[in-house]
Amino acid sequence: MDKPIKKVDIIFEIGDDYNALDVLDKALARPADDIVLDLIDSGLKGRGGAGFLTGLKWKFTKNEDSDIKYVICNADEGEPGTFKDREILDRVPEKVFVGMAICGYVIGAREGYIYLRGEYNFLVKNLLNKLETFNKQLKERNLDFVIGIRSGSGAYVCGEESALFESMEGHRGEPRNKPPYPTVAGYNKKPTVINNVETLVYVAMITRLGVNRFKELGTKDSRGSKVFSVSGDTPIPGIYELELGMPLSQFVDEFADGDAKAVQVGGASGSCVPRKKFGDTIIGFEGIPTGGSMMIFNSSRSMYNVLHDYLEFFTEESCGQCTPCRVGCQQLLKGIEAVKRGEKPPAYLDELKKLTATMRIAAKCGLGQSVGNPFNSIIDNFREEIIY
Amino acid sequence: MSKYLVNLKINNTPVSVEEGTTILQAARQINFRIPTLCDHPDLNVAGNCRVCVVEVKGGRLLAAACATPVSEGMEVFTNSEKVRTSRKHIIELLLSEHNADCTKCFKNGHCELQDLSSEYRVGDHVFLDLVKPKDKIQDISSPSIVKDDSKCVRCQRCVRTCTDLQAVSALAVINKGDHQKISTFMGKPMHDVVCTNCGQCINRCPTGALTERNYIEEVWDAIYNPNKFVVVETAPAVRVALAEDLGFDPGLRVTGKLVSALKKIGFNKVLDTDFTADLTIIEEGTELLTRLKRALVDKDEKVVLPMMTSCSPGWIKFQEHMFPGLLGNLSSCKSPQQMFGALAKTYYADKINIKAQDMIVVSIMPCTAKKFEAGRPEMRDSGYQDVDFVLTTRELAMMIKQAGIDFEKLEDEHYDSVLGESTGAAVIFGATGGVMEAALRTAYEIVTGREVPFTNLNINPVRGMEGVKEASIKIKNVKPEWSFLEGVDLNVAVAHGLANAKILMEKVHAGESNYHFIEIMGCPGGCLGGGGQPIPTTPEIRKKRAEAIYSEDEAMVLRKSHENPEVNGLYKEFLGEANSHKAHDLLHTHYKPRKRY
Ligand code: SF4
Ligand code: SF4
Ligand code: SF4
Ligand code: SF4
Repeated sequence: MDKPIKKVDIIFEIGDDYNALDVLDKALARPADDIVLDLIDSGLKGRGGAGFLTGLKWKFTKNEDSDIKYVICNADEGEPGTFKDREILDRVPEKVFVGMAICGYVIGAREGYIYLRGEYNFLVKNLLNKLETFNKQLKERNLDFVIGIRSGSGAYVCGEESALFESMEGHRGEPRNKPPYPTVAGYNKKPTVINNVETLVYVAMITRLGVNRFKELGTKDSRGSKVFSVSGDTPIPGIYELELGMPLSQFVDEFADGDAKAVQVGGASGSCVPRKKFGDTIIGFEGIPTGGSMMIFNSSRSMYNVLHDYLEFFTEESCGQCTPCRVGCQQLLKGIEAVKRGEKPPAYLDELKKLTATMRIAAKCGLGQSVGNPFNSIIDNFREEIIY
Repeated sequence: MSKYLVNLKINNTPVSVEEGTTILQAARQINFRIPTLCDHPDLNVAGNCRVCVVEVKGGRLLAAACATPVSEGMEVFTNSEKVRTSRKHIIELLLSEHNADCTKCFKNGHCELQDLSSEYRVGDHVFLDLVKPKDKIQDISSPSIVKDDSKCVRCQRCVRTCTDLQAVSALAVINKGDHQKISTFMGKPMHDVVCTNCGQCINRCPTGALTERNYIEEVWDAIYNPNKFVVVETAPAVRVALAEDLGFDPGLRVTGKLVSALKKIGFNKVLDTDFTADLTIIEEGTELLTRLKRALVDKDEKVVLPMMTSCSPGWIKFQEHMFPGLLGNLSSCKSPQQMFGALAKTYYADKINIKAQDMIVVSIMPCTAKKFEAGRPEMRDSGYQDVDFVLTTRELAMMIKQAGIDFEKLEDEHYDSVLGESTGAAVIFGATGGVMEAALRTAYEIVTGREVPFTNLNINPVRGMEGVKEASIKIKNVKPEWSFLEGVDLNVAVAHGLANAKILMEKVHAGESNYHFIEIMGCPGGCLGGGGQPIPTTPEIRKKRAEAIYSEDEAMVLRKSHENPEVNGLYKEFLGEANSHKAHDLLHTHYKPRKRY
């Protein structure tokens, strides 16, 4: 618990000896199976929030029997307060490409795509330039793999992997039923590895630095480090790479303005941690997994407004196809308004909490399933602020 | 390759099912019913209403039973506390977004949402009312379809129907979140978009969000009006489905009771659209033979083949929107409904000494597009709107109930004469392939003097529920006047459901078809699966209705259109000969290209 907070700098560091292509060559020189084993051994979990073991995902896709497979880099960073992928793609895009190419080599895919959030279209030109060179270099290495870019349509739910595939295929961005999972039937219904930007970079970095260097960081359940977008009431907002597994209290000491009353960990769909729990909340998969956004609120903030904003966001961004999420979000939003106005008794909040329990287990995708996180954590910890 | 079996337990009962089976299907096999709303046997899986959620042991989430395949060793619970609570929540949520004015709703008593909410006894108004006032404004622009967004549960069955089954895509999901809804292109009124009025979406809509425009009150008014002579005609597919809406099992033929009920309701004359179905065969058959002669003998390059049937108004509108370049392929014959209307207000009115303006023609149809067809400006050849009101099978059932008629106890009665006599050939118009079969029975005999070479007149290659059916008949030993057809292989094709029609049309459009004659029905199964037929519709129910139709045909004394004595009398007395000038004036029409949005 007393692990000292460590800022690390793996992703953005560009050492003297660094060369993206060397990293790629290093990977290509090894059997694909070994790379998978290394990845599993490293304990790298997806940095998108769900935290599935990256190596396993690759292994499943590799084992699928199919002529056509895909690697998709999920750069549809839509979580409010998150902007780390943009930074990565802007500053070190080659590292992302290398991660994708290694994946293509490992699973036997010939095509890879970066699915780029519509708002990030200003990056396209630069990325395409760099990709042109990179794709050529892949060819020189006889690696039958090409990376392209797809531009997203700007809906938050398109960050959900199956909605992302639907969108790429030219359909409405609605999440699919699971199973089948992407490893079996993803883009174009073919086996697909979909990883977010950061995960792919870490693959490249593990290849470069070795499994052991990565394992030195973090805890048993949360290996390595992770990039965070820090925003809200902080004097030093920005992008920071931090070791996983640190208590939230240390994070607050480092980043807040001295008056933090809550931290929203993991963006709108994450949980809100109140001051009294800073000390025993671990940032990592064993505590509060995080997509990478840390929003700090000081005592000047109204938690009613915070929650209201989140609920408005979800009410709008739900794809709307499934009942628990489409209608549930509206009921939560209208519900806290009704309580605030005194039209419903405070006990109505408990009815709504029961509703979030249904949303959590009955909604079709992660969006509807996670709305209960901000709702319950804010209702439970700041009930007075909601009612009065 | 046979699929292997998967063993699982549902509510502690072991069951073995083929791999790929869903939890929902597996549960049905051992008689556990799991409620559903977005699921439909004709449509691909959506898994979006979440009413069918069940608990799978070890799972963090509930599973949508309709969309989750079984797996070995799975343990499923369909009624656990978690499941019940969630399901109740979900139904309550749906209702909170729903304008539940059941007593005023056309779907009252036939509504899946209503059934669900009464089963789960929701009604304590737990949640806030979310219905948007603007959604309560119904779209009644279309003569066939009423769209009421305040009754929509967003199951997307209509969208899947319109897009996948009908290849029309008049309806789509638009917007997200709380603004998500089912919409036409740019929210235009239903009347102004590519909608073919087929009504297939209505058949699959679980609620009153999509219904037919109903004209029941207008028809009662006409019946009550002493100055009006009200004639009713009934289509072939009505008699094999009506009973379903009156509480009987699918596949029951009730022709005699149907006639009897209509008389009791108070129609002045009860006549049969089958009569004009027979007439259609004569007119359309002659048109086909004429086109063939012009093509084969006169080498007239302007003749357009294949010729396509034109009985199905949903299909016609589809063609006008989607393949305007092929309109010349359509037979110029009006549909039986419209031939009937034109004759009723001319020939028949004369015969019974009623002024056309005093006559009201009502038709009972399995089809919602017929409502649109009756209002087409081209359909006034009698000098008045030829057919005044079109009721669906469902509306008729409602009238029978309103009239307090005990349907089961009715004696069989016969259609009135004239325009009441028909043959088996007309009856099979109700099934996909029926028009083709009827046409072949007559055309072959006209050309060769012999019956079609199929056992018992049953032309099996064009029967059945396959999407596109093809047949080829060699014409041999023809009568001298048809010598140009000697040895010709007559190639025909049949499609039902507009997605299948599209497949055929694309082939014709690309010049890749060698067909002479094509029958297309806009609805799956043909009229028996029409958009105005009793709900539900499933492949199984359509099969039963088809069986009933073919058995009705076999039970008839006359089974070939050209043997219909009343039809022959009509030509002798009134029309002259097939495709005569008079016949053209009254029984033929033309089509126009339409925009595509
Ligand atoms: S949970 Fe929300 S976003 Fe996900 S499928 Fe359902 S409605 Fe769409
Ligand atoms: S659609 Fe169903 S639940 Fe809604 S008002 Fe009509 S009958 Fe009632
Ligand atoms: S009536 Fe037919 S064409 Fe029109 S919206 Fe419904 S399914 Fe589509
Ligand atoms: S209109 Fe009917 S079928 Fe279409 S989504 Fe709404 S409720 Fe479902």
